Amino acid sequence: MRDKLVEFKNVSFRYGEDEPWVLKNCSFEIYENEAIAIIGHNGSGKSTIAKLMNGLLFPQEGAIVINGRTVTQDSIWEIRKDVGMVFQNPDNQFVGTTVQDDVAFGMENRGIERGEMVKRIDDTLSAVGMQEYRLTEPHKLSGGQKQRVAIAGVLAIFPNVLILDEATAMLDPRGRTDIMKTITRVMAERSLSLITITHDLQEVVQAERVIVMNEGAIWDEAAPREIFEKKAELRQIGLDIPFVAALSDELQKAGVPINHEALNHRELLEELWTSHSSM
Amino acid sequence: MDITFKHVSYIYQRKTPFEHKAIDDLSFHIPTGTFTAIIGHTGSGKSTLIQHLNGLMRPSEGEVTIGDYRLTHDEKPNHMKALRNRVGVVFQYPEHQLFEETVKKDIAFGPENFQVPEKEIENRVRDITQEVGLSEELLERSPFDLSGGQMRRVAIAGVLATKPDVLVLDEPTAGLDPRGQRDMMDMFYDMHKRQGLTTILVTHSMEDAVKYADHVMILNNGTKYMEGKPEDVLTQREALHNVQLDVPEMVQFLNAFSDKFGTQIPFQRQSEADLAKEIRDVLKGARRNE
Repeated sequence: MRDKLVEFKNVSFRYGEDEPWVLKNCSFEIYENEAIAIIGHNGSGKSTIAKLMNGLLFPQEGAIVINGRTVTQDSIWEIRKDVGMVFQNPDNQFVGTTVQDDVAFGMENRGIERGEMVKRIDDTLSAVGMQEYRLTEPHKLSGGQKQRVAIAGVLAIFPNVLILDEATAMLDPRGRTDIMKTITRVMAERSLSLITITHDLQEVVQAERVIVMNEGAIWDEAAPREIFEKKAELRQIGLDIPFVAALSDELQKAGVPINHEALNHRELLEELWTSHSSM
Repeated sequence: MDITFKHVSYIYQRKTPFEHKAIDDLSFHIPTGTFTAIIGHTGSGKSTLIQHLNGLMRPSEGEVTIGDYRLTHDEKPNHMKALRNRVGVVFQYPEHQLFEETVKKDIAFGPENFQVPEKEIENRVRDITQEVGLSEELLERSPFDLSGGQMRRVAIAGVLATKPDVLVLDEPTAGLDPRGQRDMMDMFYDMHKRQGLTTILVTHSMEDAVKYADHVMILNNGTKYMEGKPEDVLTQREALHNVQLDVPEMVQFLNAFSDKFGTQIPFQRQSEADLAKEIRDVLKGARRNE
């Protein structure tokens, strides 16, 4: 049994007393080394969840527990050692004058000693494929390159939880795959729970569990396969379904029986093989 | 307005140790009224290219012509402002450029700069607000009180309010949810058709290129790697892999289908519904032949 790393207990949040609730009575748990995807339309409360997790915002109701510690004004500095976060726009998160300074920044704040810092800069920059840029000024990098550096900077502090808040949205598809591979590798090497807040359906399919947000509440929580069975409902709340799920749907309508929800090309081709033998 | 690049190069920090050629001997021609998708991995020169289209950058070498406007290293058009009035560029995260007190003022800022009469601006703001899917109630609100998706629409409305002939879109839907992405691309496409715009879309999405573009150009290392019709260019798996790009997902699936069933269904930018019917027919045919 894996340890519980993040727990939301009946959390509600709004920006002001006269404002509508952005998050309504949300409860969920995330375990050690688990990969979770949070999806939902813009304004469904996804990013609010992320900001509550590392104390950028505090809930009016309910409690959030990270690694056994309740998130409060007093605990946020400890919490932030556990929770690393990368946002969508890398321009808002650069502080260093060179790439390596920028990666070092988070570690300096945590008082990590120099030898270890140098090693981690090396390791994380090569993990994201940016080692040759270590002396480059961040503003000279392209959007995708900046985002890799931002991810390196967060990985270097060895967080227990990594939150990617649409962090791969500006990357090209190959860059996106590379980053996800890097993170998967890190997850295999050390304990790291991944929370991706994303519209990218490939990232969602790779998650162990998906939390679907709609209008501030948890709409569903299940494995990707079960989630994408609810095609019509997902579309109704403004979400897309992967190509394989959409094609399965159309195949059914065209009279080709699809008995098991397929998540990837291989599975759908197997389904077609089976149904073609019985057609 | 036709757009032509003739042997264009752009060199950053020339004659310094940091010299870097972002565009390298690039030539192409985009006819008026077409919808062109420019695709390339990060760092392929896309952003540098589009900054030439409204004269924010001038080529270090070669020549760019946009309609009657000509840009070279040594000369710029006398009427740079007029060029910018004709070419509207929606940069990445355009909402970061919002600055006015109200949505209405922000949308009106562009046309005011181009001395459009006040009455005409009023009309444009009203029409465009509707076109980009913003409710009229928002016009008097501060743009900074809006959601991310609404801010994006305000910023885009500001560009459209100058009534450009050429519309340049740099990843315009990044960060929007799937429905928001589709709505926004459909809006651009609709406008492209109705107003006869020349549209240039910089994108990472092979799916968008397939769906909207009639011409595709692949950039690599600042130079043209491939160009042509989407169905011709975007099906070349090996060539695309060589420049860190992938074919659209439907093409990947059709290839895998062919490997398993021995029948190649051609990629014709068909819808998923049409593809499903083709697959059904292939499966039935295969059954009959056994």
